[in-house]
Amino acid sequence: MAKTIKIDKQQWQDNFSRLLGTYRVIAPQVKDDVCEFRKLAEGELPELAFANTRRSPKAAVFPQTEIMLEYSLDEHDPEKNIMKPATDGFPLTAVVGIRPCDARALTLVRLNFDTPEYQDPYWLGRYENTVFVGLACDAPDPVCFCTSTGGGPYDETGLDILMSDRGDFFLARVLSDKGETFLETAGWKEPADDDKAFAASRKTAEEKIVSAVPNDRLAEKSLLDLHAAPFWDNIAFACINCGTCTYLCPTCWCFDIQDETYGKKGVRMRNWDSCMFPLFTMHTTGHNPRGEKAQRVRQRFMHKLKYFVDKYGQGVMCTGCGRCVRSCPVNIDIRAVCERMNDYTAETEGA
Amino acid sequence: MKNPYLPYPVRIDDIKNETVDRSLKTFKFVFINPDDEERFAYRAGQFAELSIPGQGEIPIGIASSPVEKGFVKFTVNRAGVVTTYLHNMKAGDVMGIRGPLGNSYPWETLQGKNILIVGGGFAFTTLRSSIIYMLHPDNRDKYGNIDVVYGARSPGMLLYLDELAEWEKRDDINMHITVDGTDDPDWKYHVGFVPPVVEENAPEGGPDSYAIICGPPVMIKFTLPVLEKLGYAHDNIIMSLENRMKCGIGMCGRCNIGKELVCKDGPVFTLSELNQTPKEY
Repeated sequence: MAKTIKIDKQQWQDNFSRLLGTYRVIAPQVKDDVCEFRKLAEGELPELAFANTRRSPKAAVFPQTEIMLEYSLDEHDPEKNIMKPATDGFPLTAVVGIRPCDARALTLVRLNFDTPEYQDPYWLGRYENTVFVGLACDAPDPVCFCTSTGGGPYDETGLDILMSDRGDFFLARVLSDKGETFLETAGWKEPADDDKAFAASRKTAEEKIVSAVPNDRLAEKSLLDLHAAPFWDNIAFACINCGTCTYLCPTCWCFDIQDETYGKKGVRMRNWDSCMFPLFTMHTTGHNPRGEKAQRVRQRFMHKLKYFVDKYGQGVMCTGCGRCVRSCPVNIDIRAVCERMNDYTAETEGA
Repeated sequence: MKNPYLPYPVRIDDIKNETVDRSLKTFKFVFINPDDEERFAYRAGQFAELSIPGQGEIPIGIASSPVEKGFVKFTVNRAGVVTTYLHNMKAGDVMGIRGPLGNSYPWETLQGKNILIVGGGFAFTTLRSSIIYMLHPDNRDKYGNIDVVYGARSPGMLLYLDELAEWEKRDDINMHITVDGTDDPDWKYHVGFVPPVVEENAPEGGPDSYAIICGPPVMIKFTLPVLEKLGYAHDNIIMSLENRMKCGIGMCGRCNIGKELVCKDGPVFTLSELNQTPKEY
């Protein structure tokens, strides 16, 4: 049985001061009416009364821009043009207040960055050096559908600690040694007996998730049939390829690699990229395998709901956080697309 | 943890212009740290990222052969930012190579089989690597008949002219060189597009025959029906794809055709495999 600690909300300024001595703490904060994960400064506290942040906290592990390599371009430098890793370590980080959907998303993204053949040292270096302090969702948003994608408002996947808000205090379930060390560092140690309370809250929270998105038949569908399905033009019709969905999505990991130079020094960096942009796939010749908007929209949904399903056998590449549904400027809804794919047969709708 | 984004430092040892229009040059690189050559152990059909500090990287098929030691070679078409910069670099310049990347031609499967190689234009690079590999005295016995159909727009656009002439003289490889057209009255090889030259000269297919085909899309489009007609099964037709790439290790997400990543699961696929993927290449 997991150990549980009581965290009193009234006096946690001191605890966060202690944490900041050891960890880079990333937590939700409200600025200009928008709640986002940001690095806490001394004296700041996390804002934990929120539905979910606008962006996912994936940047804690996968920064929007990350310098990977550096080099000298100086003619007089004997090491000119020899590339070197830009860092040999990553900061010990605590992501506090991460929702279960977002923590689970990182475990799915890990499948991409941690493979038998290659391991991405940047993503994994940051991930291994991060403690994920989760916050269970007692008031899920109407467009949340985590229970349809294998998770839930109290899901513990990918978390080191799961906190449940009890009003004046949090109950914190310790799920790993990393979590234990985090609580010790903060000085939170008052034991609590919680199991019944946790189970009851969990049930209540799960019942509040009203969106059900069937995806049980995606795996058995023919990939080529789905790819050739007639509905893609219709789904993509309103899309403006803005890429908002891919930037907000906790499971979108695509990136670009670019060189930048400053005088006689240069860096090679990676930046978030998006399958919504034509340049993402354009060949030097001008040929583009996904040159049409509908092809790019199809790629995004097929990747999440079919290619990933087939490739890893671990369900869909979506954790039901609802961000793309909430923020899409033209109201494209992954729940409707998923249902349509799940129900599709080439015979009934024609190819 | 090995950093798969970190290129091996190399020095440009030699640059050879390959074609009359000067759009293709072959770069011969030597590793600055001699141990890196061992780490770069590759198979014919693989590619690497040529990495130029300040410019970027480009995925290019490895033109040298695993049986050639002490250097690696790449033949590069001048097309974009990085390749144009590379074309202006000089022998002695330092840059990076990251790889080897991707799968290769299926050399185990190909053992004991007759091999038909069909190449067009500058897609002949990994085919050169393969031919040199198969013709090596240690390897020649492992393969049956070798036929090569290689076409370019004009005689001056054929790559590796010295080697082509050498192979012409051998009796353990059948060369069928062709050009789209020429005004050279002394031209002694074929004139015509690759597909009809394949149809007239390539041996018939069968369970013991494999065709490896690399070239521009239009050549592939018209050659595939010819190969089918000659009796090559889709399992026995091997192709190498290109797509825009960045990471080369299956992570950055852009080169996929369905669930396969061209950079990691490919670039080499059989036609049967490609029939099961969306045509996003």
